[in-house]
Amino acid sequence: MQQFVNLTLGGVIIGAVYAAFALALVLIWRSTRIVNFAQGAMAALTTFIALSLIEGGQSYWVGLAVALVAGLVIGAVVERVVIRPVEGGPELNAVIVTLGLFIAIQALISVLFGVNQRAFVAPFSTIGFRAGDFTLALSPNTLFTLGAVLLVMVGLIALFRFTRVGLAMRASAFGQEVARLLGVRVGRMLTLGWALAAVVGSLAGMLIAAEVTFVAPTFMDSLIVFGFVAAVLGGLDSPIGAVVGGLLLGLALSYVRGYIDDTLVGLAALVILVVVLLVRPGGLFSTTQTRRA
Amino acid sequence: MGTLAQPPDTTGSSTPYEDRSPTARLEMTGISVAFGGIKALTDVSLTVEPGQVHGLIGPNGAGKTTMFNVACGLVRNTEGRITWRGEELRRLRPAQLSKLGIARTLQGVGLFPGLTVLENVMVGAHKHARAGFFSALFAIPTSDKDDARLRERAMTSLAELDADGYAARYPGSLPYPVQKRVALARALVAEPELLLLDEPASGLSEEEMRELGDLISHLSGRMSVLLVEHHMDLVMRVCDQITVLDSGKQIAAGTPAEVQNDPAVTEAYLGDAVDDTTDVSELAGIDGGTQRG
Repeated sequence: MQQFVNLTLGGVIIGAVYAAFALALVLIWRSTRIVNFAQGAMAALTTFIALSLIEGGQSYWVGLAVALVAGLVIGAVVERVVIRPVEGGPELNAVIVTLGLFIAIQALISVLFGVNQRAFVAPFSTIGFRAGDFTLALSPNTLFTLGAVLLVMVGLIALFRFTRVGLAMRASAFGQEVARLLGVRVGRMLTLGWALAAVVGSLAGMLIAAEVTFVAPTFMDSLIVFGFVAAVLGGLDSPIGAVVGGLLLGLALSYVRGYIDDTLVGLAALVILVVVLLVRPGGLFSTTQTRRA
Repeated sequence: MGTLAQPPDTTGSSTPYEDRSPTARLEMTGISVAFGGIKALTDVSLTVEPGQVHGLIGPNGAGKTTMFNVACGLVRNTEGRITWRGEELRRLRPAQLSKLGIARTLQGVGLFPGLTVLENVMVGAHKHARAGFFSALFAIPTSDKDDARLRERAMTSLAELDADGYAARYPGSLPYPVQKRVALARALVAEPELLLLDEPASGLSEEEMRELGDLISHLSGRMSVLLVEHHMDLVMRVCDQITVLDSGKQIAAGTPAEVQNDPAVTEAYLGDAVDDTTDVSELAGIDGGTQRG
C-alpha cells in the first residue's frame, strides 16, 4: 500500500513535468504543424545557463527567471531564423531541421559548459513529508514542481481563452491564410507561439533538473521522448490532452518502474506510443478528425 | 434571416455600423495577369464607385476569381494599376487589407473550425482593438475593456445577420447557410468601406438567395461591394454596374440592362454551347444548323 501511494505520487509529479513538456510540443504543433525535436536541447541549454548563474552565487530564483527569459528569446530566434524558411513546406524538411537543431544545440552546450555531469540543487527541501512512520514521495520541492506546472497551465489557458492575442494565435493555428485576410499578424503569432513553448520547455527543464539532481548536456533527451508520447496520447492538437496525457504517462511509467523493472521504463513509453497510434491515432482528446501524420 | 431587410439599428454608437456615406473608390486599370506564359487576364479595367455594387461575371474560366484575387493582393498583376481612396496600391499584401478598410469573404466559408462562432467574428474585428501587443498579452486592464468591446461588436454583427443565437456553437455543427451568414458577419464586423464577395450565393436556396440580395442592396448604402457571382438573377437584381469577362478579356460593361442586351455577352454565355453542338453534329454528319436553337 505504501509503495502504491508513493508510486502514484511520484507518477503524478513526474507526469506533471511530462505534461508541461508535452504542452510545449502541442503549442508548436498547433500553430506550425511541426514537432519540435529540439525542444529538449533548447531546455537543456537554458537550464545550463541558469545553473552557471546559480553556481556563480546567484539565487535559484534569478537562475529560474533568466532561464525563462532565455527560453523566450531562443524560441523566438529559432522560429524567425531557422524554422521560418521551412514553414508551410514538406513536413520532412521541418523534421530534419529540428533534428539538426537538436544536435547542434546539444553540441553547443557541451562546448560552452562541458560534458560532465553537474549537481543541480533543488530550490526547496527534497526530504519527503512523513505520514505516521512512513515517508511520502512528496516533498516541499515536489509541491513547488506541481504548483509551477499548474500555474503555467492556468496561465496558458487564460491566455488562449480570454485574451485577444490568444484568440489571434488560435485563429492563426486554424487557418493562416484566412487569419491574414482578417488582419491578424500571423508571422508574429507564430513567433510568439514558439517563444511561449520554449518558456514552458525551459520551465520543465528547470523542474526536472531539480528532480534528477544531476544534469549533463543530454539530460533532457529522455524527456523529449516522454513528452512526445504524452502529447500524442493527448492528441497533439489539444492542450488539455497534453496535460492528461502527461499525467497518465507519468503514472503508467511510475508503476512500471516500481512493480516491474526500472530498465523497462523507456520501452514501456514506446509501447504506449505504438498502442495509441494503432488503436486511437487521433489521441484521446483530438479535436480535429483529420490529422496529418 | 428574415431580419436582414430591416434597416440597421443606429440608435447607439456601439453598433458596428455608424451612418456614414462611403466615399472610397476602387479603380483597377489595365490589369493583366500572366501565370507563366498563360495570360489569365488581359487589360481589364473596372471601377467600383463609392456605395455601389459592382458585379463581376463571366463563364467558367473567364478570370473572375483572378481579378478578384488581384483586388485583395493574393495574385500579383503583371500590368496595370490599382487605386484605392485615391492612392495607388503597390505590392498589396493580404494582411494589409483590413487596415485599408477592405474585407473579403471566401468562396465556401473559411471559418476557423476550432473557434466558436462568436470568436470567429471577434477575429474579424481584430483591427479595432486598441491595446498594444504586450498589454493584451499580459491582460492589462485597458485590454480587458477592449476585449469586452470586441465581444459586444461581434455580437451586434451576428445579431444583424440573425446568427447571434449560434454564438457559442462551433461552425462545423451548423448548417451551411448559417455558416455563410457567420462568415459574412465576420467580414462586416470590421466596418469595411469595400466588401469583396466571392460567390456568396453558392449553396444557398432560392429563398436564402433572395434574402442575401436584400442584404447586399441594403449594405450598398454603407459600403462599396465587388461581387463575383454566377447566379445571374441575383447579379442583375443587386448590381449597379456589371463587368463581363470572357477568356481573360473584358467583353462588356455597364448597367444590368445594358449588359443583358449586349450581343457579345449572349455570345459568351451561349456561344460555346452552340459551337460544341456544331462540332459534334459535323462529326456525326448531321446538319448542325438545324440543331441551333
